[in-house]
Amino acid sequence: MKNNHFGKGFRAQLPLQMMVIPGIIFMIVFCYIPIYGIVIAFKSYSVTDTIASAPWVGLENFKIAFEDKFFWESVVNTLAISFLKLLIGFTAPIILSILIFELKNGWFKKVVQTISYLPHFLSWIVVGGMLLSWLSTSGILNDILVGVGILDQPRNFMIEAKSYWFIAVLSDVWKEVGWGTIIYLATMSGIDPTYYEAAKIDGASKLQQIFHITLPLMKFIISLMFILAVGGILGSNLDQTLVLINPLNSSHAEVINSYVYKVGLAQGDFSYATAVGLAVSIVSLILVVITNHFTKKMNDNKSVF
Amino acid sequence: MKTIANVSEVNTNLSNKKNKKIKENRVFNIVNIIFLTVFTIIIIYPIWNIVVKSFSSPDTISHVGLRLWPEEFSLVNYKLVFNDPTIWNSFLISILKTVVGVVTHVLLTAMVAYGMSKQNLIGRNFYTILGVGTMFFSGGMIPTYLLMRSLGLLDSFWVYIIPSLFSYYDMLILMNFFREIPNSLEESAKIDGAGVWTIFSRIVLPLSTPVLATIALFNGVYQWNDYMTAKLYISNEALYPIQMKLYEIIVQTQAAANMQSTTSVVIPTTSESIQLATIVIATVPIVLVYPFLQKYFISGMMIGAVKE
Repeated sequence: MKNNHFGKGFRAQLPLQMMVIPGIIFMIVFCYIPIYGIVIAFKSYSVTDTIASAPWVGLENFKIAFEDKFFWESVVNTLAISFLKLLIGFTAPIILSILIFELKNGWFKKVVQTISYLPHFLSWIVVGGMLLSWLSTSGILNDILVGVGILDQPRNFMIEAKSYWFIAVLSDVWKEVGWGTIIYLATMSGIDPTYYEAAKIDGASKLQQIFHITLPLMKFIISLMFILAVGGILGSNLDQTLVLINPLNSSHAEVINSYVYKVGLAQGDFSYATAVGLAVSIVSLILVVITNHFTKKMNDNKSVF
Repeated sequence: MKTIANVSEVNTNLSNKKNKKIKENRVFNIVNIIFLTVFTIIIIYPIWNIVVKSFSSPDTISHVGLRLWPEEFSLVNYKLVFNDPTIWNSFLISILKTVVGVVTHVLLTAMVAYGMSKQNLIGRNFYTILGVGTMFFSGGMIPTYLLMRSLGLLDSFWVYIIPSLFSYYDMLILMNFFREIPNSLEESAKIDGAGVWTIFSRIVLPLSTPVLATIALFNGVYQWNDYMTAKLYISNEALYPIQMKLYEIIVQTQAAANMQSTTSVVIPTTSESIQLATIVIATVPIVLVYPFLQKYFISGMMIGAVKE
């Protein structure tokens, strides 16, 4: 009876349903079937198998990862790069947005914003190509360093493994710092201007206004962005790594994502690569939950304050 | 008399303090402007440096330094690029993938969004749960690769189009926009006998051009900049988009340059010339749409904020 009713209603909505169903099919095929595909992390999959027919091996792939020296090397690199990105790449947009906010509306503000957003829209291939040119022995960085007298002769930074972490982090900051200010600027433009007026009458300087009005009011958005940043800690940028990695710097450049790519697609060890990917997503999820817990506490304290 | 003197004393004290504050703020503003000027130069000059290099003659490429204009203006690098038919081909693939990808993505996503904007849609809750799930979970690189393989999308142009036909985030944005359209417009069209499809194509889509443009622009930038799809699923060079072609050029140039600095083999500079000119060519379309993109930043940022 109820079913019949449902059928009738459904038929009456058929044109509308026909619009939605392609999207539903799309999501099932391109999102949920790959999620099912994760089971190969617990199997020994070879090219001739189907996902269902491959034999189960339990946690064997995870055990191999645990003992894999190159996997741990990629973990160290990922953590180092992500930590530096968190330190510099997370704080830089906050500082920059405050400085931009303090500018009076005018052409200069517009120019700064327009230019600083631009690199975000360039692909990592383009930025990588530019970067290799800037850092080459005849590039601008060496020109400046030699010209100022810091270096006696040009160095090829791209073949020095030890420079890689800084190259990766600084180039990422260069590309994304401007774009990162947008969300903070949007938040700041929502702050009631009477706060600043009252502070001015009380004789607060610009710096005092920044530390006692702007920053406290941005606490929530900053902690939200921080949680998102922590969630991405183990997912270092694959695009960037694949452009900048070379045989001479790979000991410091290989990150988990590029390692999954290498082992899975270049060497064909699908099950092992999937296991590494899965382990990383689980750890990321745990990190987000923990960070969320702590920032919640911090925001509660704020309301007490 | 005494009190008056006191008052004026307090007054001068206050104005002294005020002057000090104004001075402090002036110093802050000047330092701020200097800092942001330096920052802006650090962002823009390196890009300009590449443009200058790409227009320099191959002999002067290696000592461009901090020039603002090429020492010897030359189009040789671009001639090298334009004489390479594979680069032309990649450029065409990129244009095709972007145009077809954007049109199909926007139309399909908008269609689904229109259906989902109706509160009385049967199964709507289930569809929502399914959609939100896609925002939090994904199969990862390898299971997705296996899916593409079994769908026969490896080494096919359609791998650029089909997997990016739909996005739940974009759907949400469009759905929220469609909800704002006054119901009376649709009602009166219904009375005139218009079906769901007519209402969608004649009323809803034309009224939603700003949000459709936003989605199209950001999707277009994604399609133009994407090389990962080609890197993962395409091995046939004839199907490489310009970004993938550029990637190959970079890897080759890099390998040559590294060999040069570890051994002492001298390698002709043509590969760097090609790399620089290709970078500029691959960036021109982005710079062209940049003014339009800027118009839609804030809404686009909100997409990005949810996504990352």
